[in-house]
Amino acid sequence: MAESELDKVSGKTTTGHQWDGIKELNTPLPRWWLITFYATILWAIGYWVVYPAWPLLWSHTTGALNYSTRAAVAVELANLEKIRGDKMIALGAASLADIEKDPALLALARARGKAAFGDNCAPCHGSGGAGAKGYPNLNDDDWLWGGSLDQIVQTIQFGARSGHTKTHEGAMLAFGKDGILKRDEIGTVANYVRSLSGLSTRQGYDVIAGAKIFVENCTSCHGEAGKGNQELGAPNLTDKIWLYGSDEATLIETITNGRAGVMPTWVGRLDPSTIKALAVYVHTLGGGK
Amino acid sequence: MNKIVQTDPDQVEGVGPLYAAPKKVYPQSVFGTFRRIKWGLMAFCLGVYYLLPFVRWNRGLGAPDQAVLIDLPNSRFYFFFIELWPQEVYYFTGLLIIAALTLFLMNSVGGRIWCGYLCPQTVWTDLFYAVERLIEGDRRERMRKAASADPLKLERISEIVLKHSIWLLLAWWTGGAWVLYFTDAPTLVKELVTFQAPAIAYIWIAILTATTYLLAGFMREQVCVYMCPWPRIQAALTDEWALNVTYRYDRGEKRMSVKKANELRALCLPAGDCVDCYQCVATCPTGIDIRNGPQIDCIQCGLCIDACDNVMKKIGRPTRLIGYDNDINIQRRMAGKPPIYGIVRPRTIIYIALIALVGGIMLYALLTRSLLDINVLHDRNPVAVKLSDGSIRNAYTVRFLNKRGFDRVVTIDVDGPQDAVLHVVGDDSTTPDRPMVVLGRDGTTELRVLVTAPSEKNSKRSIPIKFRITDIGLGEVASAIDNFVLP
Ligand code: SF4
Ligand code: SF4
Repeated sequence: MAESELDKVSGKTTTGHQWDGIKELNTPLPRWWLITFYATILWAIGYWVVYPAWPLLWSHTTGALNYSTRAAVAVELANLEKIRGDKMIALGAASLADIEKDPALLALARARGKAAFGDNCAPCHGSGGAGAKGYPNLNDDDWLWGGSLDQIVQTIQFGARSGHTKTHEGAMLAFGKDGILKRDEIGTVANYVRSLSGLSTRQGYDVIAGAKIFVENCTSCHGEAGKGNQELGAPNLTDKIWLYGSDEATLIETITNGRAGVMPTWVGRLDPSTIKALAVYVHTLGGGK
Repeated sequence: MNKIVQTDPDQVEGVGPLYAAPKKVYPQSVFGTFRRIKWGLMAFCLGVYYLLPFVRWNRGLGAPDQAVLIDLPNSRFYFFFIELWPQEVYYFTGLLIIAALTLFLMNSVGGRIWCGYLCPQTVWTDLFYAVERLIEGDRRERMRKAASADPLKLERISEIVLKHSIWLLLAWWTGGAWVLYFTDAPTLVKELVTFQAPAIAYIWIAILTATTYLLAGFMREQVCVYMCPWPRIQAALTDEWALNVTYRYDRGEKRMSVKKANELRALCLPAGDCVDCYQCVATCPTGIDIRNGPQIDCIQCGLCIDACDNVMKKIGRPTRLIGYDNDINIQRRMAGKPPIYGIVRPRTIIYIALIALVGGIMLYALLTRSLLDINVLHDRNPVAVKLSDGSIRNAYTVRFLNKRGFDRVVTIDVDGPQDAVLHVVGDDSTTPDRPMVVLGRDGTTELRVLVTAPSEKNSKRSIPIKFRITDIGLGEVASAIDNFVLP
């Protein structure tokens, strides 16, 4: 039982509550303050009822309005698609060269292309297009099938060795496995190929023999000087970029078993303006011709 | 049940109710120094608030010419010669720090003078009281009208209607002036009267009309006592030197009639100056008795000083029985020593120094900030690319800021890697070593920039690279530093 008394100084009564000899003055709050306070409590209860609020064991109360943030996001996304729709049409209508000239279209194409790249291309080429062993780096200036905008579109559309009728064809033969070249011939030509791009060769390696094997077997695809042929997807052997690696062992492996990496067909899976955006994005990564 | 210890049977009525009914305050009009200061400050504050949006400031073609403008759609803030961009919000932080320190300084010199003279709640409440007094009469009349059980006479109804109409008009005009800060004022005024302004303008006017009407017309001192946090903070910041509105009890007690006091003084016996006329309480807009000592409800408006001074003049006693003073001086006077007013003391000096420091830093930053800026973001994936000829290329996303109101052409070049060549994506027309870029006016331009350097000449893993842009017209230069990385 608490005892209330009069505080002489303030002229107010105390509540009778006392802590360590300190007594609490009875200064009630004004009515409007209390009403506001109760109103906020009522408001909170209303919130519980109207909006999803209570966690249950496996789910939660859904609320009288059936409101869900997920549905709200879905609506927003749909709206965004609609807004983008118009711009994507503009993108589809413009020619590839014009897109790169127009800063607004270029920004849109890059943004859209980057998103599409992340969804579709990143598993092989890496999220920044840096590629990996066997998967071309799209940032550099070395292109198997050509690095102009049109060529990139072509490659994205139909892929390489994808089975599509318009796909890029051409494969590196398995010179060893198919018995075209003998083991020591493969070693010799591998050293020759290394010398083409200025790499060191093995001690005692026979230059004349290497060049002879190369001319007889490789020039039909890689050209007399080893500069490659983009019609056939035959890499340039004189530059510093190697898709599978430039060391002797890797080269011997390549020549023995051949190579035929596959790039899938995207036409039909991606709409034309997305493919355009992708091409622009890849082109502006830096290596585009 | 609580039991009451009946120490004073006349006053203790039992444990109070759950809530306290609001005590209606009927402040009496008063004349005097502080009232005049308050009128003057009110006129000044309201004048600034209502007229500022119409002040013009020439910023050149295409830029808004309103002196103070918060341009939300374009994320710009204009204040006379200052134009702030969103990334410069730290100026507002500085401004807030200065505002807080100024409040502390005011508090250490003169208590809650902000509350009593400059706070919008005080200014508008004062204005609303003036209207009320003009229409319904002074304190006594208003109290009589409130207490009278008369059936509502036409005269009284018309008074009430008139008062609330004028209040609403003032509140509406307050909200109206608010929205003018967010768009070109003369245009918006035209749109508002022809009902063509955007809905958001009307909504904000409605909100501010409602809050002004409610806060200045009805909540009044309750805002200061219950809603505002400043009294509590202020109570923690104040010290014994702050000049607060103080009843000089050394002069005032014991309270007695003029006649009695004169008799006692004639006998050379001590007598108080306070005649218990209650004028100080009657004028107080928060309805308190300052003679009970400093209290949280006192907004330090000084009106009680004026009221008491008038009384003192009438009875021929020295004025300032209530005045801006502190307890130290009351004690000193009682001890026969002269009062001291320690306005210059470590606390105030530190506050002034801090204000000067923050203000100086802001001013320096403001005057030396560039209107041309460059930001560089290095590509992270991949950080570096080897090209077919063996050279190395790094890609950067470069953002240019042109804060001027016209387009300009800049050249970009880099320092750092040996024999570096620049290429701006989407731009084939320029010289490779110094590409030229057009920057749109009053905005940002983002470009992808490729830097290629031969690997034989650049052997370090990471080379600092400096991007520099030069406005070819004005010669303004801006630069940013990043790294050129080898694989
Ligand atoms: S006590 Fe005096 S200074 Fe304080 S609020 Fe009342 S009238 Fe103003
Ligand atoms: S106005 Fe002055 S004299 Fe009158 S009650 Fe107040 S302090 Fe005393």
